[in-house]
Amino acid sequence: MLTAVLTGFIFACVLVFAGKPLKGRASLINAVVPIGLFVYFCAQIPQVIAEGAIYKSYSWVSSMGVDMNFNLDGLSMIFALMITGIGSMVFIYTSAYMKGSPQLDRFYGYLGMFMAAMLGVVLSDNLITIFVFWELTTIVSFFLIGYNTHDKGSRRAAMTSLGLTGLGGMLLLGGIILMGSIGDTYSIQEMLNSGIAFSDNAYYPLILFFIIGAAFTKSAQFPFHFWLPLAMKAPTPVSTYLHSATMVKAGIYLIFRLSPLLGNDPSWNNTLMLFGGITMLYGAWHTVFRTDLKAILAYSTISALGILTFLIGLGTKAAFLAALIFIMVHALYKATLFLVAGSIDKATGTRDILRLRGLGKYMIPVAIAGILAAISNAGIPPSFGFLGKDLIYEATLGMGESAVFLTAAAVLTNILLLYAGFVVGIKPFMGTRLDPEIKVKKLSPAIWVPGLILGILCIVFGIFPAVGEGLVRPALSAVYGEPFESHLKLWHGFTTILLLSGITIACGVLLYLFVKPSNQKVALMAKADFISPQVITEQISRGFLRLSIFWTRTFNSGYLGYYVITVMVFVIGIVGYELVAVLHVKVDFSQLKEVTFYEMSTILIMISGIVVAVFSQSRLAAIAALGVLGYAMCIIFVFYGAPDLAMTQFSIDTLTVILFVLIIFRLPKYKVLSNMRSRIRDGVVALSFGTLITLLILEVLAQPVNRELSEFYADNAYLLAKGKNVVNVILVDFRGIDTLVEITVLAIAAIGVFSLMKLEIKKSEID
Amino acid sequence: MELLLAITIGLLYASGVYMVLRRSMVKLIIGIILIGNGVNFLIFLLGRITKGSTPIISENSDTFLEAYADPVPQALILTAIVISFGLQAFAIVLIKRVYKVLNTDDIDRLSHTEDYDIL
Repeated sequence: MLTAVLTGFIFACVLVFAGKPLKGRASLINAVVPIGLFVYFCAQIPQVIAEGAIYKSYSWVSSMGVDMNFNLDGLSMIFALMITGIGSMVFIYTSAYMKGSPQLDRFYGYLGMFMAAMLGVVLSDNLITIFVFWELTTIVSFFLIGYNTHDKGSRRAAMTSLGLTGLGGMLLLGGIILMGSIGDTYSIQEMLNSGIAFSDNAYYPLILFFIIGAAFTKSAQFPFHFWLPLAMKAPTPVSTYLHSATMVKAGIYLIFRLSPLLGNDPSWNNTLMLFGGITMLYGAWHTVFRTDLKAILAYSTISALGILTFLIGLGTKAAFLAALIFIMVHALYKATLFLVAGSIDKATGTRDILRLRGLGKYMIPVAIAGILAAISNAGIPPSFGFLGKDLIYEATLGMGESAVFLTAAAVLTNILLLYAGFVVGIKPFMGTRLDPEIKVKKLSPAIWVPGLILGILCIVFGIFPAVGEGLVRPALSAVYGEPFESHLKLWHGFTTILLLSGITIACGVLLYLFVKPSNQKVALMAKADFISPQVITEQISRGFLRLSIFWTRTFNSGYLGYYVITVMVFVIGIVGYELVAVLHVKVDFSQLKEVTFYEMSTILIMISGIVVAVFSQSRLAAIAALGVLGYAMCIIFVFYGAPDLAMTQFSIDTLTVILFVLIIFRLPKYKVLSNMRSRIRDGVVALSFGTLITLLILEVLAQPVNRELSEFYADNAYLLAKGKNVVNVILVDFRGIDTLVEITVLAIAAIGVFSLMKLEIKKSEID
Repeated sequence: MELLLAITIGLLYASGVYMVLRRSMVKLIIGIILIGNGVNFLIFLLGRITKGSTPIISENSDTFLEAYADPVPQALILTAIVISFGLQAFAIVLIKRVYKVLNTDDIDRLSHTEDYDIL
């Protein structure tokens, strides 16, 4: 199974080298990968049905509890088949739809990686690996949405979705780590087996917040839904694959997968129900106010994801069954509708529903696919969608007191969704006359065949409910824990559910006949934009950007003086406080009496050197003063038994002064650059810092000193190293390697100096 | 004497910081040299100073017979002096080069490489 998951990554790697020849017609060969995987997963079905699950373990980072454990149970099977099955269709579709795109190989590589990552999410048993694959889907999605890199809208859409789903990924990580530390394992199966009750834990609300936040951002739930319509900037195969059928369902998968662990608490159910309910109505309502085929589909996808969240929130067995069936129903018809919309776009060059009519006779297979999908979407018997809608109503009706509200919301959503499906799947093909400006291009079979296959499946699954039932049976026992006894049927007799279905269809068709999409409606909706979550989020993010810029410009001003002052004031504040408040340094002036005349005059020379170096208006005088200062230091070194230091200081100071003087005459004279105020400010800071250092020295001098190291060197200098000058012995023997490195540093500095001197910069390079 | 030296070191630091805060690049280097001298003196003083006696073992003996100046700070300072010379030499040549290219001695005019605009 590891191979199956990694195939997509391997495929993407192969494409890096072998991608170029696979353009044009040959790109159809790419579809072998998903088809092969689809066949592989189909072959596992009997075993999954018989045993409930296939568990494969590959150790990865076992010491941290992270392993590549794959668990193919019923739920994973449904998702794996969707990912590879719809993937196959999308791969075929892409070969024609994206023909001539200069980076087709790259596009296929992204698709392959996405497929692999998505399989990883739904097959992993380890929460950490789920997170890894989850993030991979986010990243690949970013590249796919932004595939048209020259389009600004496309780049913005990619950034928005990355921002939101990336935020979700972070929340997911938080939730996973909390769950892992509470459960003491990252394996979902082990958590289930240990029977741990998360809802009793004090951190349960936090886990809930993290996990639900992750699922809601990924699955475009209100108020995070807006990245999905923006993501429609992606090429249609991407919208089909990622943003309707698979990736957006990862969030649904997550809450489905974790509901046995987290779901036995009212706060879980109510949150999902509330947000799912809002999302399904909000999304469905918005479809009425759109004229772009893909925008309509995006909002109806949001609505469908809302239905799924809502159903999982209901938490009953009937609701889980309905959700499982509806996942498949929706994947099939929505993928078909997207492929149809893409085909129309390809043939006519527009997706504007106001201009599309009478296409039926020009593209019969596409029209058939569209109509079949619209029927399934509407829930008209004998389609698969009819089954799904029946089960949804059954689930809401079984909710006791609140059944009326929940059912009403579901019916209303379905009516609006029916409208949306008809507008996309049927309206463009109706009528007899084309818009005069539209020319219809002929489509290659690779474009219409995938849509047609999926469209036909929408009906086949309805006529043969046993197919869906076979898949759902192990899935339900995986997520609900109980096996599923009853049988799916198209005909239940005359029941309330049938009545509701009838009402839905009738109202939906009436809505379709009497409400026409129009630009006025789009404009009307745009007026409410200022309170939409998208605009609010964008304003927040812009505000955050402004804050960051302000912050950066304040603390990263680019002025050296500013940095130095900040550091100095901070150090003076902290260390000074500690010195004054804690240590109470005492200064003993009596020792000044012991100072000899020589010492005193040397110190005075040093101080006058400093004063001249600082205040002189002539650079030459300042440098000369530095030299005087250095020589005075030599004398102090001599006084206190450091002849080596004196010699070094003497020669180095001489060299520095010479170098300075050689260079300096090329530089401009001192100018008055700063005003009195800043000079006083700098002077105060500098003097405070100097005082601080003096106090620190006095404090340190009052402490006892450890001579162990010095004694070791002094004792062993001659015995071990045969040298009598201990300082020299330390440098060239005991710490010989350090000295070697020091010489290297000097050599590097010398090379730097040399090359800077020799460097010739042309006038043209300066600007 | 320690008190006097401590005050001198404080003065070296203060003057160095003040010079680093100036806008002229020449003054910046003077500041760095002043602070460097201050640091060397600081290490010297904190290793405790002893008058007269060098850390050199006398001709006809294998170890020290009397008090001696601590050799470890001396070895450290020797290294520090040489390294800071490397730094100073490079800095001096660098400002010359900067002046040649940009025709200015003012650090504050080097604060931005280019105009940036994020929003």
